[in-house]
Amino acid sequence: MAQDLIRAIADLHEEEALRITEERLSAGEDASKILEDSRNAMEIVGKRFENREYFIPDLVYSGEILQEITEMVKPKLKKAVKIERLGKVIIGTVAGDIHDIGKNIVTFMLDISGFEVYDLGIDVPAQKFVDKTEETQAKIIGLSGFLTLSFESMKETIDVIKDAGLRDKVKIMIGGGQINDEIRKYTRADAYRPNAVSAVSLAKEWAGDK
Amino acid sequence: MGKTPEELFKERNKRVEDAVQLKVPDRVPVAPNFGFFYAKYAGITCEEAFYDYDKWRMAVKKTVIDLEPDMYTSPRFTVLSPGPLLEIVDFKQIKWPGHGVSPNHSFQFVEGEYMKAEEYDAFLEDPSDYVMRTYIPRIYGVLEPFKMLPPLRSMMVGYAGARLTAELARPEIITALETLSKARAESLKWRSIMDSLRQELTDMGFPSGSESIAVAPFDVIGDFLRGTRGVMLDMYRRPDKLLEATEKVLPMQLQAGVLIAKRSGNPRVFIPLHKGADGFMSLEQFNTFYWPTLKKLIIGLIDEGLTPWLFIEGDYTSRLEIIRDIPKGKAIYHFELTDIFKAKEVLGDVVCIRGGVPNSLLCIGTPQEVKDYCKKVIDVVGRGGGFIMDAGAVIDEAKPENIKAMVDFTKEYGVYG
Repeated sequence: MAQDLIRAIADLHEEEALRITEERLSAGEDASKILEDSRNAMEIVGKRFENREYFIPDLVYSGEILQEITEMVKPKLKKAVKIERLGKVIIGTVAGDIHDIGKNIVTFMLDISGFEVYDLGIDVPAQKFVDKTEETQAKIIGLSGFLTLSFESMKETIDVIKDAGLRDKVKIMIGGGQINDEIRKYTRADAYRPNAVSAVSLAKEWAGDK
Repeated sequence: MGKTPEELFKERNKRVEDAVQLKVPDRVPVAPNFGFFYAKYAGITCEEAFYDYDKWRMAVKKTVIDLEPDMYTSPRFTVLSPGPLLEIVDFKQIKWPGHGVSPNHSFQFVEGEYMKAEEYDAFLEDPSDYVMRTYIPRIYGVLEPFKMLPPLRSMMVGYAGARLTAELARPEIITALETLSKARAESLKWRSIMDSLRQELTDMGFPSGSESIAVAPFDVIGDFLRGTRGVMLDMYRRPDKLLEATEKVLPMQLQAGVLIAKRSGNPRVFIPLHKGADGFMSLEQFNTFYWPTLKKLIIGLIDEGLTPWLFIEGDYTSRLEIIRDIPKGKAIYHFELTDIFKAKEVLGDVVCIRGGVPNSLLCIGTPQEVKDYCKKVIDVVGRGGGFIMDAGAVIDEAKPENIKAMVDFTKEYGVYG
């Protein structure tokens, strides 16, 4: 049964996945076990994305299926499930820019890879990154930007983080649109990554999980 | 002896035409695809570009006169509708400078599910009715009362239909139309300034890149109707409806592109591509959902004697073989992040390539670095013609001296001989 659900989700068979979930719930199975299988399935989805077998539409769809299963399972959960996390990541699209497709993909991939992700959304003022870092003690920050205006905005955000005395406590990566290594140097970020997969593996490296 | 503006206009147009037809022009044409760079160069804000028509006109004029590109990008591609007009109609689909985004930043699209998944049938059955009574009320606040309209086709019943006409004059609709008359006045004012700007630049010898826009059918659905998330889920949950919808909007896009291009006398039709790039979808999804109707759009425009200028955003390096399948020497492929050297290899004998200079280099590099890069691009991609020098993405931010370096160096080094 577990394998059936994992395969159905990983292969993006929505109806089958929901049917199996329903059956397992009516059979009185522990809801947290179903969630665990779903998470395992998402790991496979992530791997397939890494291998370029899956693309953004497939990720979006898998996220949708996961969401539906979570909704079904939630009322039957006895206690909150404690998940081991690799580390905390703060992410957001920098001030002035309201694009979020790329950022959402990175957030999703970080999440299914085991990170605790604080997604601050779009058009995020620099101070919000500082406040969230102080609140969560996260050690990794991801800045996203699609338009060329984000070059300046990323630079300012990193300056504000520095002025707050946090620069040595966090690693900062940037990505999106026209961003490249030249812009990384210009903004003094620690790293630039061109896509979600490489962003996740860098986050793992930074979190000490190689 | 200096050339007359008329001669210069013809010469620039011919240079571009030669490149499009894969002939060797006198030199590599250079056409920086300016967006808000016009404003930044002339020292006005993006907000002023949206609100102060005269300042915007002067900014565009100054930039074009100072830099003398072979083609300038119509400022109507940057400010598609001016701020006062957008305010009057209470437009919901973008945020613009001074109205949701900073006065110094570009307008940005507000992603949304403007057409709901369960509305495909209504759209497919009668797109005009759907647009009039469902879509328009959602995207223009002032036209929300249009949702109270009866389906106009219900008036097809002869004299019983007459009583339905009264529904057109509901007080809410009258109020909306009164507001629209203000929008009309604003629109005419803006249009006359933009038209006279175009005439002035023509008289000075500068052709524009294009005056008309057509959108890839998949992007019409993905950008304007269903949103990115919506359209991606549709690829799984209702692929047939999605395909039917792309076929439905294809002739509409074709007609609009042909009409405006022919009216303007400029044969180039701008087609910005959004959601079909590498990473955005698999090759198989591209072949199924994106390319078939885009290809029909390209060929339909070519059959009308027009020149599609595809602005290929993102990376298409894995799709070059597929998009090769169009008539030879009839279109422009303008690449953003695609490996342009590879593009020359795969497509050089079929289509004119445009682009090449990374926007990041124009923003933070030095003029010397820009020249070095342009040299490499001219040497490889410019070889044998069929190339137009430009940045990859639309130019908003850039150091003026870098743009000047790109233009002047191309004019000097790009001479064929």
